[in-house]
Amino acid sequence: MAELGRAALLVTLGLVMYALVAGAAGAHLGRRRLALSAQNALVAAFFSTLVASAVLLGALLRHDFSFTYVARTTSEDLPTAYTISAFWGGQEGSLLLWLLVLTGFGAAAVRLNRGWARDLIVWVVPVFAAVAVFFAFLLVAVASPFVMQAAPADGAGMTPSLQNPYMLAHPPLLYLGYVGLTVPFAFCLGALLAGRPDERWLVATRRWTLFAWTALGIGQLLGAHWAYVEVGWGGYYAWDPVENAALMPWLAATAFLHSVMVQEKRGILRVWNVLLVILAFSLSLFGTFLTRSGVVNSIHSFTQSSIGPWFLAFIALTVAISLAVVFWRLPLLRSQTRLESPVSREAAFLYNNLLLLALCLTILWGVVYPLISEAVRGEAVVLGRAYYDFFLRIFGLPLLLLMGIGPLIAWRRASFASLVTTFRWPVLAALATGAALLVLGAGSSVPGLVAYTFSAFVAATIVMEFARGTRARKALGASSWPNAFFSLLGRNRRRYGGYVVHASIVLLAVGIAGSSAFDKAADAKLRPGESMAVGDYNLRYEALDERQTSNATEIRAQLAVSRGDRDLGTLEAGKNAYTVEQQLSNEVGIRSDPLTGEDLFVITEQIDPDGTVYFRVFVKPLVNLIWIAGLVFVMGSLIALWPDAREQRRLVERTREIGLPATR
Amino acid sequence: MALVLAAILAVACVVAVALPFIREPEPESDSLHELDEDERRRLELLEARDRSLAALKELEFDHRTGTISDEDYRALVGPLRREAATALRALDGEGRPTGERT
Repeated sequence: MAELGRAALLVTLGLVMYALVAGAAGAHLGRRRLALSAQNALVAAFFSTLVASAVLLGALLRHDFSFTYVARTTSEDLPTAYTISAFWGGQEGSLLLWLLVLTGFGAAAVRLNRGWARDLIVWVVPVFAAVAVFFAFLLVAVASPFVMQAAPADGAGMTPSLQNPYMLAHPPLLYLGYVGLTVPFAFCLGALLAGRPDERWLVATRRWTLFAWTALGIGQLLGAHWAYVEVGWGGYYAWDPVENAALMPWLAATAFLHSVMVQEKRGILRVWNVLLVILAFSLSLFGTFLTRSGVVNSIHSFTQSSIGPWFLAFIALTVAISLAVVFWRLPLLRSQTRLESPVSREAAFLYNNLLLLALCLTILWGVVYPLISEAVRGEAVVLGRAYYDFFLRIFGLPLLLLMGIGPLIAWRRASFASLVTTFRWPVLAALATGAALLVLGAGSSVPGLVAYTFSAFVAATIVMEFARGTRARKALGASSWPNAFFSLLGRNRRRYGGYVVHASIVLLAVGIAGSSAFDKAADAKLRPGESMAVGDYNLRYEALDERQTSNATEIRAQLAVSRGDRDLGTLEAGKNAYTVEQQLSNEVGIRSDPLTGEDLFVITEQIDPDGTVYFRVFVKPLVNLIWIAGLVFVMGSLIALWPDAREQRRLVERTREIGLPATR
Repeated sequence: MALVLAAILAVACVVAVALPFIREPEPESDSLHELDEDERRRLELLEARDRSLAALKELEFDHRTGTISDEDYRALVGPLRREAATALRALDGEGRPTGERT
């Protein structure tokens, strides 16, 4: 069936090339049928890519090792779930997933918006197609998943650390995020090419951007939890280039989601928004490049991967063409109004944008610095954790504070007296929290204390906004308090969904500050029967167990845990020895306290043949708030994402008022 | 078998792409509807109208909740009302129906 896969990819390449050329010609010449034909080509490209994907998935599930990709990424004994995840585990498969999601999103976005933005859609299609041409070309000519070989008896298997349930969801979510950012990019560039940079491209892409941003956010949190439980170094985020690859477009998209509100409310920041969308998309390409080119595994050359130079060329071309189009359309992007006061909601959003962008570019510099230093000095210099942590504090803490300030200031301008009235309770709450924490001993870490204090401020503003809004809705005739609350959410999902997302960021900040600024660590080499202490905990090494599973031997150290006189049960930590892959993986032991959110985290650094184990143990206060923040983040995003029928009606009505015909 | 399936796929895709030409071999008009200057101006006015009305609605609610003080409300409501009125007058002045909102 590899022939079918190859043919399907060739068909996809032909279709997207046609969509690019015919779409651009149709839009430029004003030819309706040609433009519609290009739209159909984009939709058909999704289905042909789906056929190629089905062929690869079928080969994986059949363990057909005559497919080089299948033999390289799986083995006969690999559990079915991980066999499926091998689809995106290797370079060729993940590129195929990119193309599948891209053509799927393109087809859906075009279909969903053609009723009221048809004049934009005709230019959006060739932009989508241009991106798809690049990925289809890579899959056809450079990195095909359908290369065949004489089938070996068994495959090479999957890297043990990837054999984890998180790997079933983490990479696809990141890809949904990366590819999702193509939608705002295509609509933005399409609107510029069409010469219609009005609000419609923002409205058409608002939910797509939010969806991509949510997927990237959740994907990163799942990745962090995977690193926490699987990689076994005691943390959840190491500022690794691949982790940063997902964080950078997320930060740029966060900035865009805020500044787009300023354009919608005040009609300003139009050039800024366009640039942010281009940046977010370029960073999503850069993220895919970092993850897939192999350049981060060894920064010495691009020879490790054949797709690296292609990606760099495409990113450079994307940025150059996009900026040229922006420059060409600058006269159309001029704002008719201006920032009236530095103390206003739009100004707060602008400060938030500047800080987000500064953090994003700082991280980008940290990622590319080893490449630049190697090119210039012949020696790769890697910027370590201290660099990133420093800038996270410098930019992140003011960002946290602004999250509480922005939503409570009036648009246009706010008076000093009004600021005092508005912020007195949140400031008092923050100061009281800071003072209480100082008394309780949290002063050992100044950034941690500041983060807690700012978090209290933001939490107070969110609670205040919900309380005031619910009270107002009750006064406006809601039959009960719960009705008033849900009516508040339903009438302005974007705003109050945004507050819920802010609450999740507060939980995240508190979790990060607690687990990184106030954690405790200890290590010891123990024989069975010996004990060690860390924080309030006492751990006694009882015995070493060994058991066999379908594809690995599990070695586990049993630890009896107690705190003071209280027995807290047994904790297991150890290693897995994978038979086919001939590799070891760390399997950490974690005991979570549901009341305090604290984790006791045990790593077996080394297990000697005589049963002696070298343990490394951490106590991580409040770390579980980070994972709870993920759930709150999803909830807030869903509230904001929920379709608003009134808004759709308003847009269709507006289209009718101009006299644009409905599309069939 | 694989090659037959591939051929079917290719033919189906070609038909899908050619569909607009098959459905309308000789259309009355094959031109895309382009916004003229009047329509573009009208779109801008409609956006300005909707922006002002949405801002007014938000301001009223924020004032009711207490997020916006009386002083700020008084300073902001006037210009917003004027902007909305300007957009509505300009839309009326163009002599076309402007929908239920107006």
